[in-house]
Formats: sequence, structure tokens, C-alpha cells
Amino acid sequence: MSLDVHAIREQFPILQQTAHGKPLVYLDNAATTQKPVAVIDAVDNYYRTQNSNVHRGAHYLGDLATAALEDARLSVARFLNAEREEVIWTKGTTESLNLVAHSFGGSQLKAGDEVLVSTLEHHANIVPWQQVCERTGATLKVIPLAADGSLNLSDIDNLLTGNTKILSIAHASNALGTLNPVAELITKARKVGAYVVLDGAQAVSHFSVDVKALDCDFYAFSGHKIFGPTGIGVLYGKKDLLNAMPPYQTGGEMIETVSFEKSTWNRLPYKFEAGTPHIAGAVGLGAALEWLMAQDREAIWEHEKALLAYATEKAKAFPGLRIIGDAEHKVGVLSFLIDNTHPSDVGTLLDQQGVAVRTGHHCTMPLMAALQIPGTVRASFAPYNTHADVDALFAGLEKIIKFL
Amino acid sequence: MTASTAAATNLGSTTTDEDIVDTLSFFEDWEERYGYIIELGKELPPYPEALHTEEHIVRGCQSQVWLHIEMDEASGKMLLFLDSDAIIVRGLAAIVSAALNQKTPQEIVDYDMQSYFAKIDLLKHLSPTRGNGIQAMVERIKNEAKARI
Repeated sequence: MSLDVHAIREQFPILQQTAHGKPLVYLDNAATTQKPVAVIDAVDNYYRTQNSNVHRGAHYLGDLATAALEDARLSVARFLNAEREEVIWTKGTTESLNLVAHSFGGSQLKAGDEVLVSTLEHHANIVPWQQVCERTGATLKVIPLAADGSLNLSDIDNLLTGNTKILSIAHASNALGTLNPVAELITKARKVGAYVVLDGAQAVSHFSVDVKALDCDFYAFSGHKIFGPTGIGVLYGKKDLLNAMPPYQTGGEMIETVSFEKSTWNRLPYKFEAGTPHIAGAVGLGAALEWLMAQDREAIWEHEKALLAYATEKAKAFPGLRIIGDAEHKVGVLSFLIDNTHPSDVGTLLDQQGVAVRTGHHCTMPLMAALQIPGTVRASFAPYNTHADVDALFAGLEKIIKFL
Repeated sequence: MTASTAAATNLGSTTTDEDIVDTLSFFEDWEERYGYIIELGKELPPYPEALHTEEHIVRGCQSQVWLHIEMDEASGKMLLFLDSDAIIVRGLAAIVSAALNQKTPQEIVDYDMQSYFAKIDLLKHLSPTRGNGIQAMVERIKNEAKARI
């Protein structure tokens, strides 16, 4: 069945407005997605009727807030096919990856070990590993890129070896949209005994993810890129690994007992949730996942693929336009450059026409260096985007090339 | 005065900040506004090729600017050389230059860039976060000016 895009659009109030006097065309979904009424209402309702601190208030509101937070955790568990205790609240993907790198990596890695990432990682999946490698004496290795923006796996058996302790890789690339062959990589990692961390920030909103079927060890994603609030994210980790890891941050909530001689840690998942969590954010994220799971996800995936195919076809016909990243398997991301124009200028002038895209290096400087480009213009799609949005993008570009 | 400083007598004397505020107030659509901003960028004195170096770069997330400052000892005024890899950002640099070039350090420190950019409805380009590098460039110019008072 095809997707009723109109019915979806209607649930996103922000899309009804104009930008610089033009109808808003929002194509910056890889940066952040817009929020459906279901999420806005859940956050509103939380503050109107449930707000309290969690897990300690021996009172009516404390119980409501705790139930709301833990219900949201159950939604995440269902969404990922994980256990409740395996779902850790974080600020977002960046914090999730830092948590794994510093706690898991910091306690596992030693001199001579290797951490393997890829060329197309976001800085958040490079720098924490760099830091931990520096501290532990481990080495950071990098999977190279093929010309079409996919990973070049021809030499993978020399990169993913018995020395590899951790493989940490994007499920989908934020800058190019490349969908990485994570199942194949996980199988290879298992053979050499490496743990696998997946950065799912750019994947979870597009298609269903089952962490048990994938058999990854950790999975990270952000709420705001999947129709939920900013400032909330998730780290999934296998229970036995999480149990064995030292805490990442310490303070309230995560402890069991404290004395000046020694403290002991709370059980999972609270061991990794120091301080009062972002309760309203978690509630909003729970609502976002429930909303998404109630949609026809297969139809959403097909719709986004159709938008990408349509945009790619238009891009290929556009004079002087070069698609950056044309891998066979992609999520709904079109990155490109136009001859003799700077991405920043293109972005500014698209904005003047009501079209929101992202320009720049997308926090993937090593990728941009490998491609030998300063950055790209990136249009990224969500279920509420239409073919008319793609038309608006290219109409905008037509005007711009006459102008620049 | 060096050859390069002689070339710097353009913006700030011929095209002033007031001219820019006046002109931009006439335009109604984005084509006119940004067409003018791009033209202003072309008025910037040529940036010395040899100074496209690391020490002169102000990095933004989307574009970057280069900044070189010379002091004209005779007049006690600062001469600004600005460049960017993006032409709209170069135009924004020219808008900054129209306000700050060939001014004394005290005048530069006292100049209210926020209200100038607000007046011409370009405040979003002066965002304090990473971005086009303009805000960081203005800060660098002001710091240099402060150091010379």
C-alpha cells in the first residue's frame, strides 16, 4: 500500500508555515526531524499533569512521572527488540557513543588492540575512540571509501583481524546517506571476536531495526532525528556487557549505596543514568516511537526510496551538478555540489526561497578530506516530504545557478 | 604605506555602512538583496594570495574567511583585508569592512555590529555559533583593535 503523505503531513503543524514568505520546504531531516502532534501533546501533557522527579518521590506525581519514564523505556525496548534493562537514556547519539567508548572501550582496550571505524563516520564516532585509544595505547584503524561513497571492503580481512577489539560504524551515513552492510560486517566481526557498536542516528527513522536479529553489541540513536525531542537519546547494550562495564558518570540515581570509603552501583539500566534524566524528553521520544510503530513502516521506506530516486534522477539531469555519494544502498539523503558554486551560497539562496537544506562538512571532516571537497549541499527526506518538495528544491537551484 | 595598503582604501571610505543600510532598505526580494551583497563582495580589495594561510583563517562550519590586518601608522587607522571561499560570505565581509575598515582601534571597539546587522536584516548571518565565520572574524578584528588601544 502506498503512503498517505497528506495524512502524515497534517500531523506536523510546523510544516504549515512559510519561510521568508515562501511555503516552507523542509529537507533537512538528517539534521533533525519535525515533531508530530502526538509528540508535542505527550510533552505538553507530561508538564501539565505528570511532572515530578522520578524513582524517589513517595507521592502521587512522583509515581506518575516514574511510570511515564519507564513506559517510554518499554517503548524503546519494543522498538529495538531489546530488554528493558538494556535501554539507557542519554542526551543523544553523541553521548551514547562517548559512553561506550569511555566505559566499555576504556575498560577493554589495551596497548596493541585496535578499534576499527570507517571513513564516513560522524565526528561523534571518531573522536571518542581517538581519545580512548590515546589513553589505552590502542590503535584506531579506518575502513576506506569506494568511489561511489560506499565502504571499500576489498581489504576488510586485513583490517578486521584478531587484533580488532571493537568495530564501531554508522548504520547509515549522515553526509552521503550510504547504507552500510552492517549484517555482513557483524558476521565478520564475530569471527575475529570483535565487539560491534552501531551508530544508528541516521537509520532508525527510515526502517525497522532489530538489535537481536542484527546481533550488535551496542546501538546508539538520538530522539530528535526520529520525530522526538532534542536532548534525549538511547544507548542499547547487551545486558552482560553493560553489567560488566564501569559507570560512565557518577552522582545521583546511579548509585546503590555511598559511603566515604566506597560506593556501589545501582542495577541496570540506572547504573548509567547519573542525575535526574530528561524525563519530558524521554516521554516525548516514547510517544514518537509509538507514533512511528503505528505507521506502515514498509510504506514509509518505499516512499522515501521513491523520493530519493526522483531527486537523484533530477540531479543527474541538472547541468553542472555532481552527486556526492551514489551508492547502491542509501537512505533518503542527496548530497551534491554544483560547479563553480560554494555549498554555503547555495544553501543561503535556497533558504531565501523557503527551502531548508544543510550545507557544510556535516561533521565528517575526514570524509570530506577523502572526497577532496570542502563540503556538500545535503537534502534529506522524511515521510512527510513530497515529490513537490523535490520539485521546489530543483526550481530553487535553477534560479540560483542563473544568479551565482 | 605598502602596495597592499594602498589597495585597501575602498570600502569604509567610498561605500559606508550608512550607504549599505540605505541601499538594502530599498530592496524587496531576495534576488535584489543578495545580488547587491554579492556585488559588495567584489568591492573588497584583493586579498593578498600569500596570506591565505592557516594563521589568517577563521573557520566556520559551512564556509571560512581569511583576515589580515595592517596598521596605517600615519593615520592611526586599521586596514582590513578580508576574503571568503563563499561569495555571499565575501559580501558579508564587505558589509563588515564598510563599517570597520580604516577606522581607529577605538572606533572599531565601540562599533555596534549587532545593531548594524539587525538594521539590514542580516543578523542571522552574525550567529555566535559555528557557521560562516563572520561573527568569529568580527571578534578577531575587535580583539586586535582592543590590543592596540
